[in-house]
Amino acid sequence: MAEVEDKLVHEVRPTTQEMRIPARFIPSPTVEPGHTFASVTDHISSIVLRKRMPLLWTITFAVSAMLVMVLTGTIGWLLLKGVGIWGINHPVGWGFDILNFVWWIGIGHAGTLISAILLLLRQEWRTSINRFAEAMTLFAVASAGLYPALHTGRPWYDFWLFPYPNTMSLWPQFRSPLMWDVFAVSTYATVSMMFWYVGLIPDLATLRDRANNKLAQLVYGALSMGWRGSAKHWYRYETAYLLLAGLSTPLVLSVHTIVSFDFAVSQLPGWHSTFFPPYFVAGAVYAGFAMVLTLAIPARKIFKLQDFITMKHLENMGKVMLATGMIVFYAYLMEAFFAYYSGNSLEKYMYLNRINGPYRAMFYALIICNGLAPQLMWVKRFRTSPVMLFITAMFVNVGMWLERFVIIPTSLHRDFLPSSWGMYHGTKWDWSMYVGSIGLFLFLLCLFIRYLPMISIFEMRTLLPEAQSHAAEAHE
Amino acid sequence: MKELTLNDFRKRAEGGGLYRSLDELARDDDFIAAVEREFPQQALPLERGVDRRDFVKLMSSSLALAGLAACNRPAEKIVPYVSQPESLIPGRPLYFATALALGGVGAGVLVESHMGRPTKIEGNPDHPSSLGGSDAMMQAAILGLYDPDRAQVVRHLGEIATWSAFLAALQPVLKDAKSNGAGLRLLTQTITSPTLGAQIQQLLAAYPGMEWHQWEAVSRDNVREGLRMAFGGYTNAVYHFDKANVVVSLDSDFLAAGPGHLRYARDFTSRRKVRHGQTASMNRLYSFDCGASSTGSLADHRWPVRPSEIEGLARALPAAIMKDLEANRGASIVIAGDDQPPIVHTVVMALNQALGNIGSTITITDPVEVAPVNQLESLRQLVTDINAGAVKALVMLGGNPVYDAPADFNFHHALTKVPFRAQLSPYYDETSMLVHWHVPEVHALEGWSDVRGHDGTISIVQPLIAPLYNGRSPHEVVGAMIGGLDQSPYDSVRAYWFAKGANEQSWRKWLHDGQIAGSALPARQVAIAPLPPAGEGPRSGGEGLQLHIRPDPNIHDGRFANNGWLQELPKPQTKICWENVALISPKTANDIGYDDEKRSALVNERSTVRADVTYRGRKVRLPLWVMPGHPDGVLTVYLGYGRTYGGKVATPEVGVNIYPVRFSDAMSGGAGAEIALVGGEDAYPVACTQEHQSINPKDMYGQEREIIRAGTFAEYQRDPHLGHKEHHGDESMYPPHVYKNHAWAMVIDTSVCTGCNGCVIACQAENNIAIVGKTEVHRERELHWLRIDRYFRGEPSNPEVFHQPVPCMQCENAPCEPVCPVEATSHSDDGLNDMTYNRCVGTRYCSNNCPYKVRRFNFFHYADYDTPALKPMRNPDVTIRTRGVMEKCTYCVQRVNEAKIEAEKRGGNQRVRDGEVTTACAQACPTEAIVFGDMNDKTSRVAALKGEPAHYALLAELNTRPRTTYLGTIRNPNPEIKGTS
Amino acid sequence: MAVGKIITGTYGLIAEFTNPQELLDAAHATREAGYTDTDAFSPFPIHGLHEAVGMHATKLPLIVFVGGIIGGIGGYVMCWYANVIAYPLNIGGKPYNSWPAWIPITFECAILVAAFAAVFGMLALNGLPMPYHPVFNLKRFDQASRDKFFLVIQSRDPKFELDRTWEFLETLHPREVTDVPW
Repeated sequence: MAEVEDKLVHEVRPTTQEMRIPARFIPSPTVEPGHTFASVTDHISSIVLRKRMPLLWTITFAVSAMLVMVLTGTIGWLLLKGVGIWGINHPVGWGFDILNFVWWIGIGHAGTLISAILLLLRQEWRTSINRFAEAMTLFAVASAGLYPALHTGRPWYDFWLFPYPNTMSLWPQFRSPLMWDVFAVSTYATVSMMFWYVGLIPDLATLRDRANNKLAQLVYGALSMGWRGSAKHWYRYETAYLLLAGLSTPLVLSVHTIVSFDFAVSQLPGWHSTFFPPYFVAGAVYAGFAMVLTLAIPARKIFKLQDFITMKHLENMGKVMLATGMIVFYAYLMEAFFAYYSGNSLEKYMYLNRINGPYRAMFYALIICNGLAPQLMWVKRFRTSPVMLFITAMFVNVGMWLERFVIIPTSLHRDFLPSSWGMYHGTKWDWSMYVGSIGLFLFLLCLFIRYLPMISIFEMRTLLPEAQSHAAEAHE
Repeated sequence: MKELTLNDFRKRAEGGGLYRSLDELARDDDFIAAVEREFPQQALPLERGVDRRDFVKLMSSSLALAGLAACNRPAEKIVPYVSQPESLIPGRPLYFATALALGGVGAGVLVESHMGRPTKIEGNPDHPSSLGGSDAMMQAAILGLYDPDRAQVVRHLGEIATWSAFLAALQPVLKDAKSNGAGLRLLTQTITSPTLGAQIQQLLAAYPGMEWHQWEAVSRDNVREGLRMAFGGYTNAVYHFDKANVVVSLDSDFLAAGPGHLRYARDFTSRRKVRHGQTASMNRLYSFDCGASSTGSLADHRWPVRPSEIEGLARALPAAIMKDLEANRGASIVIAGDDQPPIVHTVVMALNQALGNIGSTITITDPVEVAPVNQLESLRQLVTDINAGAVKALVMLGGNPVYDAPADFNFHHALTKVPFRAQLSPYYDETSMLVHWHVPEVHALEGWSDVRGHDGTISIVQPLIAPLYNGRSPHEVVGAMIGGLDQSPYDSVRAYWFAKGANEQSWRKWLHDGQIAGSALPARQVAIAPLPPAGEGPRSGGEGLQLHIRPDPNIHDGRFANNGWLQELPKPQTKICWENVALISPKTANDIGYDDEKRSALVNERSTVRADVTYRGRKVRLPLWVMPGHPDGVLTVYLGYGRTYGGKVATPEVGVNIYPVRFSDAMSGGAGAEIALVGGEDAYPVACTQEHQSINPKDMYGQEREIIRAGTFAEYQRDPHLGHKEHHGDESMYPPHVYKNHAWAMVIDTSVCTGCNGCVIACQAENNIAIVGKTEVHRERELHWLRIDRYFRGEPSNPEVFHQPVPCMQCENAPCEPVCPVEATSHSDDGLNDMTYNRCVGTRYCSNNCPYKVRRFNFFHYADYDTPALKPMRNPDVTIRTRGVMEKCTYCVQRVNEAKIEAEKRGGNQRVRDGEVTTACAQACPTEAIVFGDMNDKTSRVAALKGEPAHYALLAELNTRPRTTYLGTIRNPNPEIKGTS
Repeated sequence: MAVGKIITGTYGLIAEFTNPQELLDAAHATREAGYTDTDAFSPFPIHGLHEAVGMHATKLPLIVFVGGIIGGIGGYVMCWYANVIAYPLNIGGKPYNSWPAWIPITFECAILVAAFAAVFGMLALNGLPMPYHPVFNLKRFDQASRDKFFLVIQSRDPKFELDRTWEFLETLHPREVTDVPW
């Protein structure tokens, strides 16, 4: 094992930069040349099977663990005192709680999207990032799930939101978008989890066979369920995987659609809008890819995965960000247009209040982050520079948070009757909960990187030239 | 080392609860020193501290009292309003008639009693001063009754003592007074009780040298003296606004304050309820407003003026107004405010005389007080005598002069010079700290007495419950001083009236009716004295910034400072609670450097800056609050705050004490105040429940949003729809739900809402609504189910004001219901939008989706589950909400259901008849602006009002089909007067 | 497939190849040679390999479809029963059976059950989890999850005869042939 590691560290591969032809004329491949089944397998599995993790991982893990403490502390205080510790009030009944819920759920969309939709679209470049993205999805959904669960006034009665037979034959009220949320989010979490696990099975088998200590062999062995790569299994496996992708595609679209219903179904100016579903879905993809970039760029550096997560991936993700960013920006413009065209004084005031009210700073920041920053992606030099991509992605992460702020509290704080207008500010508990949920996300992510292959090994194998060769003949 | 005063210890004693802290303090040498300085002759006993036995006894007894005593009906026979106490059915409330007094003048009330526990106060429909209406202070009296901070034991120098010990200590003093006469003084507040009056006369007779002083911080001296100058002798003026076509108010707030204001509001608005095809004419109100009064907010023409300008105006009213008055000779009223100097009242009476109003719209009667005096002079006399060492013993019945005497009297210094001082008062307050003997006073619902209404009508005050906290009534104290030690108040009152020729039946009838029919004082022939010549013009020089001191609309002179309901009640015009601020006009604000953008930055956060107000060398630091329509160059401040002692609610940092700048020669302030913004201080938070739109006219969407519909009477006659057509059909994808049986609904006539807040407290009392405290109110978390929205229209310098009470709209297509995931809110079959509290998980989605924002959420555990004293106060028919639960107006569903059960018991046609059930707010409203009933009953009042052309639904375009709807505001400005300036 | 043939000693013979093409060719050759109880093992799915080892279609899609239908119907019925039969309430003046509001839940339930069907259907059909399998006895089989490719002919195959089958496999130029014990 050790010598494998060294090999990784010292190995120098010829990169496109060293060649005579200017880089930009060479389409960057999905896997850098010179890899074999063995090298791919060993490299990726070694990240998991090695004894010591890189320093940066350890630091991240330590910090995120501390943030998890902050989270638990906050939750404890919340349960003790009540949601009053947050900044919510009348008229702003939803603040950071639902805001962050939507933000996390949005981030959670990239994973399934990449694995499912890009799979159906035969975008093979997805292969080296889908595992990572799916994991990110799960953890983002986990962080998101905290909020609806804890934002209620009496969280210990949350189970009333689930349909279970009871002596009073009391059931949930299925007309409520919140019930739709319960079903959408839990379904999404379950299906993503299964999708992810199914994708892991062959790699778990690989780890089982590579592992050199008893415990690891036992655990990975149990998890891989005795996978042995039989051709018949592979066939059913691929069928199932494809079907799951087919199911996940409408699912992932439905989830953020339903989340957007939380707002669209109400009649609050700024919420009550028919085009929220597509707008929110686009926003979700946007946020998701931004977060994948935010995490993938450092990860590929730390774990030397430049060969598998190549410039091509980063560039494509940059393009997706650009496209979805444009959709989102278009949505902002449409909101303005509706406000003007509807002739409804309330709608008008809502938008005026956004651009000129007490929270206008938020709005302009939003335009900069979500509207202007992604425009950088028009330039190939930026698209292909990890640093620029990272910065842009960061802007988008912030921007998507601002978007939800502008939609939720800014619409609530000045609605129909001026007499009940108010202001909203997050308290320190709002912030600690938010930071804590980020901690939870990173914490889970670190564990994932430590114990599971962050790149799908078997799918990578299929991308290698030696794997391709036969396909050609097979199709003759 | 700095000498500590008792004050320091009072501060130190805060929080810990009196007994424990005294115990601790008693072991403190500084304290002993301080006591010896103040009570040289009493140094010894305190060193002992408090006997632990007494302490335990007291604590346990106070708990027991709160719980158990609450269930005892008084021993004497009291007579229920509707049925005999013998017929008390468990679970069914009984109603008793009695009266509550403010400033000595009473108004009849009915008190709802559950199993012997008074829980709710309503106006007495038969009583001329109430006619069934009630105001916030009357409604809140129920909390005052159970207030655990009330004084609970007789105290001697703060130590627990006994009633008999007090009597014992009294004897030598009395004997002394008997022998050498002078030296014994009695200080009371305004007294209209014939019995008590007689007792005091007896007392004065028994002790020839004795003198009787009266003092009330918010007194009617100006009115008394003004009328005396006018008619040569103390009299009382009773107004009949129902007969007046034109009313001119010179800084008078007759609709919201002063004796008979409930009756006046009813009479006045009876001429403003415009009904299609029935109303031929409206009355007209001109108001010259020196502050921000409810009366001004209802006026057809309102002018903000400096207090000093009033006299000039009284002597020469604008031509247009005079014309209008002339045109309505004998059918008009000119009325001056209590704060105006006597001369103004004299002039105004002369004017009324000239207009032939006296005898028609104004009745002059004998005074209602048993002994009208100039109370300011009376107190001045007392202080002078004390300083001259002529006072050996002072017995105070009620009142808190140490807190509320004029600043220049230095009453607290004078007081400590009196060798023997005793006080009877409901709280252990600032004055109590300086007396030797303090006796807890009974609450009006605990003791027997009698009182006169604004027109002299006498009511017998009957107790609803045995004294909770060992209280003693003034009748007992005076009785004891006369010598009748065992004479109970019941005996005194009964004896007095039987001596006056009452018999058992009449007595029972009086108790039952809550008044002595025909006891109103008869009109008296008066000759107007020649009008004194105009003085040196505006009093106290109109120059410079003018300080304008007013009693607080909620806590009056400070006596209600410990009443949480009143403290948290948004003041009618400013919507500020939990403190007093300095009101200034937008222009003045700019002049003193608190300009618009500075303000609009702060006002969103419900914050402001503070300023140091200096008047005659004394300084108070107050938050500045800009009030549209406030006169320029005037600084209006409210009394009653900044209490240093007198209850847990009143004391800690609640508001600022204004009395230090109130001087005997400028009781309502004067010119020459200086103001300086406090620099280098971050924004000061003010608990204001409604601000934004008033500060920035651009944000005032009341009109564009069709929240307020308003028009003049002339316009109404042209177009009764006031320019609005109900263009919103109720298109729906679904067939509308049909309500076969009842369909409860409410119509609120915004024309006659004075914003008096009676309904708000009535709702709070009826529905066990918790208070949340200043910080939470500032975080916009107040819990009131019913709020009164106030909107301005027009220039901030002098805008039109609109009041709009907003309870739950009980929408038929309630937006809150479909979004609740657990069916915690759903529709009843008679169309109520019900909350199922114990099913609510608190997602707050319903509140977000409520366009009217009438839902209230328990962000914390606001309800007080622990204080034993408050438990018996609560309405047993209404759940107390816990943390994390949404709550809202239910149209008093408990009352509705009770009525339905009654109707069913009647059998046959099981419908509830119109008027058999009404909500707490509708019942309290003095002007009957709120009407509740069954929409499906075509003969009901509410059904009729729904047919009015000026009727409209709030935000009807949302197709929520609200059951609560409004009648547009109709005013009757004088066409000859352009604009309001 | 031949029934009642007594198998003893070995599970079958296994040939190891070094690249997918060889394995695919070998599988086809084996099939042509008439062997039926064969199986191939590879570190990643190889196109057409399943046909080469005698497998043509799977019932999985049908199972998933049925699952979806059941889920969808179940979801709607749940809403309908709860809000129309079990506890009908007037909610904001809407009819008890406000079907448009129940579409999202119907949809989600359909997806959920279909997804369960897909995953557990696949596992069931593959006979997973299966902790023990004879091929694991092979020392070098751990390479099957790395870069080696295996073809096995089971001993219960009617045409199976240890030495002849061994020779046949040798003709496919494998890296090596070994027998897999039970």
